[in-house]
Amino acid sequence: MSTEIMASANAEARAVTGAGPEARAMDLLRFATAGSVDDGKSTLIGRLLYDTKSLFTDQLAAVEAVSAARGDEYTNLALLTDGLRAEREQGITIDVAYRYFATPRRKFIIADTPGHIQYTRNMVTGASTADLALILVDARKGLVEQSRRHAFLCSLLRVPHLVLCVNKMDLVDWSQEVYERIADEFTAFAAKLDAPDLTVVPVSALRGDNIVTRSDNMPWYEGPSLLHHLERVHIASDRNLVDVRFPVQYVIRPQSTTVTDYRGYAGQVASGVLKPGDEVMVLPSGFTSRIAAVETADGPVAEAFPPMSVTVRLADEIDISRGDLICRPNNAPAVAQDIEAMVCWMDETAPLRVGGRYAIKHTTRSARAIVRGLHYRLDINSLHRDESADELRLNEIGRVRLRTTVPLLADEYRRNRTTGGFVIIDEATNRTVGAAMIVEAS
Amino acid sequence: MTTPAAYQVSHLDALEAESIFVMREVVAEMERPVMLFSGGKDSIVMLRLAQKAFAPANVPFPVMHVDTGHNFPEVLEYRDQRVAELGLQLVVASVPEALASGMVRESGDGMRNRIQTPVLLDAVEKHRFDALFGGARRDEEKARAKERVFSFRDEFGQWDPKNQRPELWSLYNGRHHPGESIRVFPLSNWTELDVWHYIAHERIPLPSIYYAHEREVIERDGMFYAVNEFFRPRAGEERFKAQVRYRTVGDASCTAAVRSDADTVEKVIEEVAATRITERGATRGDDRVSEAAMEDRKREGYF
Repeated sequence: MSTEIMASANAEARAVTGAGPEARAMDLLRFATAGSVDDGKSTLIGRLLYDTKSLFTDQLAAVEAVSAARGDEYTNLALLTDGLRAEREQGITIDVAYRYFATPRRKFIIADTPGHIQYTRNMVTGASTADLALILVDARKGLVEQSRRHAFLCSLLRVPHLVLCVNKMDLVDWSQEVYERIADEFTAFAAKLDAPDLTVVPVSALRGDNIVTRSDNMPWYEGPSLLHHLERVHIASDRNLVDVRFPVQYVIRPQSTTVTDYRGYAGQVASGVLKPGDEVMVLPSGFTSRIAAVETADGPVAEAFPPMSVTVRLADEIDISRGDLICRPNNAPAVAQDIEAMVCWMDETAPLRVGGRYAIKHTTRSARAIVRGLHYRLDINSLHRDESADELRLNEIGRVRLRTTVPLLADEYRRNRTTGGFVIIDEATNRTVGAAMIVEAS
Repeated sequence: MTTPAAYQVSHLDALEAESIFVMREVVAEMERPVMLFSGGKDSIVMLRLAQKAFAPANVPFPVMHVDTGHNFPEVLEYRDQRVAELGLQLVVASVPEALASGMVRESGDGMRNRIQTPVLLDAVEKHRFDALFGGARRDEEKARAKERVFSFRDEFGQWDPKNQRPELWSLYNGRHHPGESIRVFPLSNWTELDVWHYIAHERIPLPSIYYAHEREVIERDGMFYAVNEFFRPRAGEERFKAQVRYRTVGDASCTAAVRSDADTVEKVIEEVAATRITERGATRGDDRVSEAAMEDRKREGYF
């Protein structure tokens, strides 16, 4: 995108952006983008940042200078966050880059991940915390292997909202037919993946059509602009407010003469709503008690829900420590040492093998685990299951059976992204080598 | 299921909850954490979050100031006042002492940015700190945009950007061998504007130099430097009085001010919301050295 084009950004759009002093009322949307420079992803992100006044003149000037020095034909906005020396030298994005922008309605955190298959682990990382994923396709090329792979990874990580941007509409004469063919094909594919909410938007990132404001070039499109959708997509109900899950993170016991006999269980609510008076059960012990108070540093609260960080006090003195979990007696996670999980392997130095022993971290609980079986390795392009596989290498995904040294207090990942996910750590190198999503726990 | 509006969480509440979660993870899992506290606005916000994370108990770790010797007096005074109020233990890693003992030597340009690093690493080793909270934000600088919340450092304090641990969900991996450490950035997802909104919302007092005041300055490379004992005008640079404020507070020899009439937190928020230049771009001589100046310093162990 050239500066000239960026400077032509819609004046009206600028007037509504930029967060004022009333910003306490905004909420937060985390979204992941995947793709390569060819798809126009950098241009799209550059456009969103620029049109929301989130791109600064010194950043732009620096990028322009570097682009010009390298002989790029256009200002390469990927240079904005391809901040590592190796990335700039090789002209590639290696890692997840986080970018931030805000409108009066929402603050946005973009986890911008490289799209190629050798960076699957980066995309999995970016998608793990995303409320929404944005997938780009080039209208001239239609769906390609990469688009299907991205959609699959988003469904695997249970990203609740998916947006397909059919980009470069200007290069197909703003054709409704081209758009609809791609939209239909993708919708059919997404249905097979059990993908949640899907929205398709025809855009030209370079020209700004349907990015911030509706395009005049595509009157046949009746949906919202991309930013309009990002600002309004309903994410509050994505949170699980039904199953009370409160992993105990830390026990607060002041050593003080003024505050005596205080014992509070600090943590972040994973799901559900906690209220004083509620009957609760503590796992793995199974003891029950009532919530005496839910506190924050600003005082007691009537209710706690995700993602609040609070301190819970119970009516009875029970032995509770980090790694325990507070839930309701009639709605508890599995207390399980045999775990079936989809695992994405992230280590380039050694593969996951049956018989391998690892450390794992699940909510606030640490354990060790042994790999008891590998059911299959998934070809993430064709979704074919290879049941003869005996290992998972870097970026490979498969279904694995593990036995843990202590019980995990676990839910299925599809029901709960916090109590259903864990990471696998190599005990010798201390590196995080795998991401796991629980399918079954018993 | 429709969620009642009551279960909405504002972005500042979500950021606060995330930062508190990060701090509790560190205290629960690490042996000897310490918080870097410069008296700058980000570390001030970070300290407020630490108070909240462990209330009604006291902040369960000491704070450390890497003192370049080039300080703004208002900031030192603020630091000492906060430390006394909260009953904190303060560790000072002193560059002037390290210069006197010969551990480091003054660099040619007189800037002490780079020589702080060995002084910091020495203090970490001496006190056997295994986790260091820093107030860096990913929106500040492009090398920081790729840094993890839990950022592993080897026994030399070095950062290896190509060899970072994947960080999924809110599962932070703080495992390390003796001598290695983790830098922890609880404000990773905050922007400059978020920090100011939080300061306003929490009514957090700041050192006075963050607000507009009259000061004798000179202009260099489009930035306004205060004339003081650490910063001498070059020949031909003219001193004049201007209404300025500081957007960042660092070493007094390389931190510049911006022209501003914003003398209240509300006015600062308006100014920051309207500004078109990043805070480091506007105020830090040390980042202008090269495209990768920050990455190079960070690799060596800079915060």
